[in-house]
Order: sequence, then C-alpha cells, then structure tokens
Amino acid sequence: MKALTVVEGLVAPMDRSNVDTDMIIPKQFLKSIKRSGFGPNLFDELRYLDEGQPGMDNASRPLNPDFPLNQERYKGASILLNRANFGCGSSREHAPWALEDYGFRVVIASSFADIFYNNCFKNGILPIVVDATQIDQWFSEMAAQPGFSLTVDLPNQVIRDAQDNTVPFEVDAFRKHCLLNGLDDIALTLQDADAIRQYEDKRAQVHPWVFGQIK
Amino acid sequence: MFRQPQVSTKMAQTLYDKLWDAHVVSQREDGTALIYIDRQLLHEVTSPQAFEGLRLAGRKPWRLDTNIATPDHNVPTTVIERRSGIDGIADETSRIQVKTLDDNCSHFGVREFDMGSESQGIVHVMGPEQGATLPGMTIVCGDSHTSTHGAMGALAFGIGTSEVEHVLATQCLIQRKMKNMRIRVDGQVRNGVTAKDIVLYIIGKIGTAGGTGCAIEFAGTAIEALSMEGRMTVCNMAIEAGARAGMVAVDQTTIDYFKGRPFAPTGELWDQAVAYWETLVSDADAHFDHELVLDAEDIEPQVTWGTSPEMVLGVSAQVPNPEQADDPVKKAGIERALEYMGLKADQKISDIQLDRVFIGSCTNSRIEDLRAAAAVAKGQQVASSLKQALVVPGSGLVKKQAEAEGLDKIFTEAGFEWREPGCSMCLAMNADKLGQGEHCASTSNRNFEGRQGFGGRTHLVSPAMAAAAAIAGHFVNIAEQEVAQ
Ligand code: SF4
Repeated sequence: MKALTVVEGLVAPMDRSNVDTDMIIPKQFLKSIKRSGFGPNLFDELRYLDEGQPGMDNASRPLNPDFPLNQERYKGASILLNRANFGCGSSREHAPWALEDYGFRVVIASSFADIFYNNCFKNGILPIVVDATQIDQWFSEMAAQPGFSLTVDLPNQVIRDAQDNTVPFEVDAFRKHCLLNGLDDIALTLQDADAIRQYEDKRAQVHPWVFGQIK
Repeated sequence: MFRQPQVSTKMAQTLYDKLWDAHVVSQREDGTALIYIDRQLLHEVTSPQAFEGLRLAGRKPWRLDTNIATPDHNVPTTVIERRSGIDGIADETSRIQVKTLDDNCSHFGVREFDMGSESQGIVHVMGPEQGATLPGMTIVCGDSHTSTHGAMGALAFGIGTSEVEHVLATQCLIQRKMKNMRIRVDGQVRNGVTAKDIVLYIIGKIGTAGGTGCAIEFAGTAIEALSMEGRMTVCNMAIEAGARAGMVAVDQTTIDYFKGRPFAPTGELWDQAVAYWETLVSDADAHFDHELVLDAEDIEPQVTWGTSPEMVLGVSAQVPNPEQADDPVKKAGIERALEYMGLKADQKISDIQLDRVFIGSCTNSRIEDLRAAAAVAKGQQVASSLKQALVVPGSGLVKKQAEAEGLDKIFTEAGFEWREPGCSMCLAMNADKLGQGEHCASTSNRNFEGRQGFGGRTHLVSPAMAAAAAIAGHFVNIAEQEVAQ
C-alpha cells in the first residue's frame, strides 16, 4: 500500500449526494481478476456518453462534456469533494481501486457509507468527513476560482486552503498509523497470532460446533 | 490484553453486544478490536484479488474449515449455457472469473459448490440453506448483503476484498464496535404485506443512511411472526438502510430452521449449540443508542419509484412532486430521479407501465418467495405488453424444491421464464439485463441508476407484487385484490 502523508492538490467536484458504488465503477468492470486498471472507468456512466465495456478503447469513446472530470480545469485532481453518503451500495473494493487508479488520494464528504469508508484506508486513500456547511463553502469557492486546491495534512489532521484557513479532521489512530507508513494490516494482525490461537482453544471448549463442520 | 470470550457481565446486553463480546480476541487501546470470524463465504467477484494477495505474500489460509465458496454473480442462468459448464459461459471475462474461483479453491483447499453442483447458488441463499451459517457466528463475505445472515441471530456483515484476504490469512478482522439500534415493528401486517414491504417501509422511514454506523436489531411482533426466510429478506436490506449488520434474535423459528441442515451440528453438539443459541436475545433492559417503533398496520404493499431504496411509497400513492419538497437538495434529488425514471410528478404508482419483471436475488429467491409469486401467477397469463418475466431461484436446492412442488409449471404456463440459479438480473453481470429506459418490477434490493442494465429503471417490490404486476403489466394494489378474492 502507498503511504500517504501530505496531499497538496487540485480539487474536483462530485456535486450530488448518495453517490453509490455502481456510479463509481459500474459492475461490468468487476469481472476483472486484477486490482489495477480501473481508473479509466471511474464514474464510467457519467463520464462517457456510450455504455462502457471491459476491453474497450476508452480513448476513443465519446465524453460527456458536462462531467467535471472531463473538463480541463479539473485535470490531475487528487482530491474529490462530495456531498453526503458517498460510497453507498456494495462492498466492492473496486470503487476505491478505481479512485486510486485515477489519481485520487483524498475523498472529502459530509458522510460516507461504512464499508466504503473502511475500504479506502486499505487502499491508500484517505476519506475525510467534513461538515456540510464547510463543504458547501468549498463548492462555491471552487466554482468561482479555477485551480482551487487544498492541502490535506494527515500528520497534523488538518485541511488547509490557499489562504491558510484550516479545518481539522478526525481519523482513527491505528488507521492513521497504517496510512502514514503504508503498512499492510495482515502482517500487523499476524503479530497477534498467539492471541488468536489462544482464543481458538478457549472457544473450541465452549462452542465446539463452530469448528470442523466444513470439510 | 487478551479478553476471555463468554465473560459474564452483570450489565444488561443487547444481542449485538453479546455477539461482539463472544468474538473479541483482543481489545486495542484506540477503541478497535481484533474480532474472530467464524465463517467466510466466498464468491467469484470479490475473491480473486484476495487469493492473489495470499499467493504473492506466500501465505496460507489460517483455517480451511471456516470458508465456503460458490460462484453466483456471473453464472449464466439459461439451461443451454449451463449445460456445458464453465466452457459454456459465453462472456470471456465472466468465464475467467468463475474459472479463477474454481482454481483458487482447489489450490488452497477451500470447499466449493461449483457451477455444476446442485448446491450452487447465491452465497446468501446457499449459506443458511446448508447450515453453513449458524446462529451465534460472526459471518463475513465480500458482499454487502452478507447482512442477510443476521436473521438467524448472527453478526454478519459485508467486507471488501482486502478484508477477505485478511480473514483468509488471520481468521480475524480489525473492527470498531458499532452502535446499537433497534427497530420494532409491532402488530399484525395487512393482507398482501410481506417481509419485503416491511423492510422497504423501514428504509422509507429512516433513509438509506438512517442506520449508518449501527447494527440494527429488528424486533417486535411483526418481525417475530416472520419465517426465517422473511427475516432474511428484512436483514438482507439492512445495508440499504446504511447498516452493515441487521439481526433478529434467536427463537424457536430459528432453531427449527437449522435442525438437520447439512453443516449444522448433530447429536450432543446440537443440544449444546441450542442451549447457547437460546441466550442470543437482547436482555430486557438492554440499552439501545437509537430506537424506533413502527406500527405494522400502517404498512401497505411498497413500490420504489426512484433511484434509491428510500424513494419508496405504498402502491396506492402517487409519485412525489418536487415542488412540494421542503429543501432544495431534496427537490433536486426528486427531479433527477424522476427524470432518470421517466416518471411524471403526481403520476399514480399503479399507472407505471412495465417492460420486464424479475423475481429472484438474495433478497427474494427462496422457496417461500417463489411460492408467494406462484400463488399469484397460478392460472394467469403474463401481460402481452411485457418483454420478459424471469423467475430465477436462489440456489439449485431451491430450484429442485420448487420443481417438486410444481411451481416451475405454474410459472412457465403463465408465461414466465424459469431459470438456473444465480444473481442474474439483480445486477446484470450476465446476459440478464434491462434495456435503456425499460421499467422493471424487481424483487431485488437496489434500484440505483444502471443497476439492472445501462439506463434501466428498477422498481423494488415483493415477489407477490412482482407476479401481480407481471400479469397486469403495471403495479396493482394486491392488498385489495386479495380482499376481493
Ligand atoms: S443477488 Fe444481487 S444483491 Fe444478492 S449477492 Fe447477488 S448481486 Fe448481490
């Protein structure tokens, strides 16, 4: 996993609530058995005017000119600004994979769906909850000034704008630690292998039917 | 750091508290805990990258007897395609995905019901049916509708692929305890109102983010009166209310359902298990962070009109008018949904004309669902205005049972297509999908834009409503119909 410390970048808007995982990456792209290469199909149905299929040459597809990511001013954005309940729907990790592959490292919303929120951290993306009034303000500022950028400082847990105004944010200490260091949680959990075995031994005494049923 | 499972505490506990405590391996200072996972269900879409991760890291599954796999999302549902097994899957990427699941299961030694097995089915239908998912367990799957298994008094939730890999490698997950929410539905439901209508009504009340951060316990006399299958329908859609986990306390209905299932314990182990399962109820004075009480009598047969499950109304209602919305964000949301759905403000729900009907998915493809639909379809004909009416059983065993009861005949005589088990038109990963602009009455769980096919328009309903709508060509008030009969 890529480590994330400070992200200073252009912000792109996704100005609607309840952006679901089907919208982030339509299901026809879930057939891949790989983790990478989903970026060109991020927001596929909104981004292109035709119906996307795996294996298509995305460069020759008709683009929807109204969709922000297709506009010159948002090219190269690494921060995505959203409204409420971002990432609702399925548990597919293809959604953060697509965001990451496209180049987003930070997603900001007034609320997130739980599974999506969790999946972001596992894929080097920082999801940040910011209150709706602040988000509103950023949407207006973004509309007024092309090139609107923010600096997301994970070590200090603040978002800074060009005028040096800061907005603090919350993040779990453990998740922060993993993200800052690009740590794989499996290796960390396996450090507790003895505790897991001890748990299993005790559990097998009280709930023996949980073990050995599926062969 | 280690905390014993089964700590006896004097504090009154909710069902969720009990399930959580029994699975804590270690509690961390930052408030997260390492939680032990009793069962993992695997399918072809969210597992390949997890197995690949294990292989790349040179890791082995922690325990094999806890995982069970079956392909469901991509499998074709026509007899012809199914006859030639994996090679018969026309779409190449689907074929590779299904094949990869088989290869990974045999490489790592994971038990799988492959496409040729009679027990193959949608993971959330197969698990309980096999007794592979049991009360008191922690159950995960790389699929958000894993909440289904909470119906049996288990802690079940969907996870992403990285977590699938984490569970394969460690049998644990790092979790933070959720809040406790209880939704009670008391009283008796009216004619024509099913588990699906109850849960759609709940989502209409609390919204798609209403349960975010919570484990929802569904309770009350109307929930207790449901069969296990009805409870699974309700818990299946807990995720549509924003809750990762939904659950129903264990009672005699639960215990009777599991007796004799292939992977359920037997003999002395069964008695021991039942004694424990009977404790899986919320204590009388347990504390819930949120509580909501609804009256079952208020619930009408439900139909979604928009592009989110919370955009739902009783069948006798009219499509909302954006002008009447109380804030601009809501107004814009309604306008966008109406445009996508091709509906007019104030149009009667019962006037929505349908192009296709889909009876299936992990929400409503169990035997009881098929019986309810067949009861409506019996001796009737699918409206000639419909392009297609599909019935897709949730598993090979459901299909076999339905055929033994003659339900397949009822459906095919009425003009429905009777298919092989799989997810099918629920998410349109195989050939079963909606065309652009087509309206579908669907017993599935998501009506998001494009969910059932590019530009497709989904209306979520119960199996009885789907069957009645197939016959009429539009939605009908089945509550009135039944009274008339
Ligand atoms: S039936 Fe639909 S919701 Fe259920 S597991 Fe399959 S695709 Fe997901």
